Amino acid sequence: MAAPLKAEYGFDTEDLEASAKIVKFVIPKKHQEQDAAQEHELASFEETMLPHMDAAHNLARWLLHNEQDAQDVVQEAYLRAFKSFGGFHGSNGRAWLLTIVRNTSYTLLKKNRAVDLTTPFDEEIHASGHESVSPATILEQSEDAELVREAMDELPVEFREILTLRHLEGLSYKEIADIAQLAPGTVMSRLARARARLKQGLAARINREK
Amino acid sequence: MNCEEAINLMDGYLDGELDPITNQEIEQHLRDCRSCEQAYEAHRALVRTIASAVPYYKAPAELRHRVQSSLRNEIGAKATHNGMRGSQVLRTRKQAERRPILSDMPWNWLGLSGLSLAAAIIFAAIIVSNLLPVLRRPGADQFLATQLIAGHVRSLMADHLTDVASSDQHTVKPWLDAKLDFAPVVVDLASDGFPLVGGRLDYLDNRPVAALVYQRRKHFINVFAWPAESGTTGTTKTMTRQGYHLLHWVHSDINYWAVSDISDNELQTFKRSFEQQIPPH
Repeated sequence: MAAPLKAEYGFDTEDLEASAKIVKFVIPKKHQEQDAAQEHELASFEETMLPHMDAAHNLARWLLHNEQDAQDVVQEAYLRAFKSFGGFHGSNGRAWLLTIVRNTSYTLLKKNRAVDLTTPFDEEIHASGHESVSPATILEQSEDAELVREAMDELPVEFREILTLRHLEGLSYKEIADIAQLAPGTVMSRLARARARLKQGLAARINREK
Repeated sequence: MNCEEAINLMDGYLDGELDPITNQEIEQHLRDCRSCEQAYEAHRALVRTIASAVPYYKAPAELRHRVQSSLRNEIGAKATHNGMRGSQVLRTRKQAERRPILSDMPWNWLGLSGLSLAAAIIFAAIIVSNLLPVLRRPGADQFLATQLIAGHVRSLMADHLTDVASSDQHTVKPWLDAKLDFAPVVVDLASDGFPLVGGRLDYLDNRPVAALVYQRRKHFINVFAWPAESGTTGTTKTMTRQGYHLLHWVHSDINYWAVSDISDNELQTFKRSFEQQIPPH
């Protein structure tokens, strides 16, 4: 492969017809080296991180409810990840990328909707009895993907997040704690509440459709 | 352990995330307490069903292109920044295009003849080609790993996961037997959380091989199988490449390679279930 030679003019003049010009050709070795190193870094980044794009997209999509926002966040997250890739020495590329996707999504959520994410979910207000629906009915109906999707969409963001990480990515409590910035001891209780709420939501929908 | 404690720990138990001692305590409680046991079974069934019905939003192809091109732009932007007088380089090139350089021979100013210019170009080419990352010469295993991953990725890409889509091992096995010169073992691992999706023919290591497809939640596992040289015992081997995990083992003179993006641990679990289900001779 031939290198593009860079011409540097001894006189910085627009007038090329003037006779006295010094043209020297230099081999821009230093920049080539930098470029090659960058290419190499990008290749290694892509090899490590591109396989996790489905996971990244899925999480962003569940957090943001919106395809366009999800894609923007994934793109932004990949750029951020690439910039700090030098600091990544772990083996769990997926968890690392998902942490960035999660944080980028929350930044967008805060900006777009001014959601106060610190407000704890008020179980008292949202809980309502649906005792008329039997567990067997819920079980039967919950094979209906559309129904489950709707019920999941209604959940508060932190519940959608934990259910996605656990059930769609199969991550361990430890990984979930790292990604969602939770104390390790709280993963189980939040997951339990998320599941209970999803169950309630399903029961409510089944009731409404009756 | 009382009922309230058991109920509170149920999700951790369900997810296999309790420490061994607590785990034993809750197991003991569920054996003793009928109502907690029923509550647990109902919860488990529901969680599994819900989990498998939640849609997984895969990244569309255009997003992949978008991300890759934005990453390219990113290093492009950096290069210009590093290259300092980037605009000057651009302008100089434009000017150079305006007239044929060679006919004017400005080189003579520096005493450069056409010949030494050619030499300089060749010299530059040699330097640059040395700077490029040295091409890896993959060993046999590395090469096979590349083929295996390609096989796995291709199967997910082109809607060609299976030639015979069936979760019934008694459908998949005869289909494969009829097309191969060996009889692969086909087992269903649905009870262990790895339902069989189907089978497929693939071509690897210069021969047709059986590809069995299993599912783990929304992830797929391709198990490639073909005869090993007889007497090969071969130790279990693991590899991680491009974010995929590969696991190799030999059983009854058959080579197995499992490829997936699920975690290494889960892949090991899969292998154990697979081997346990293989019927004895």
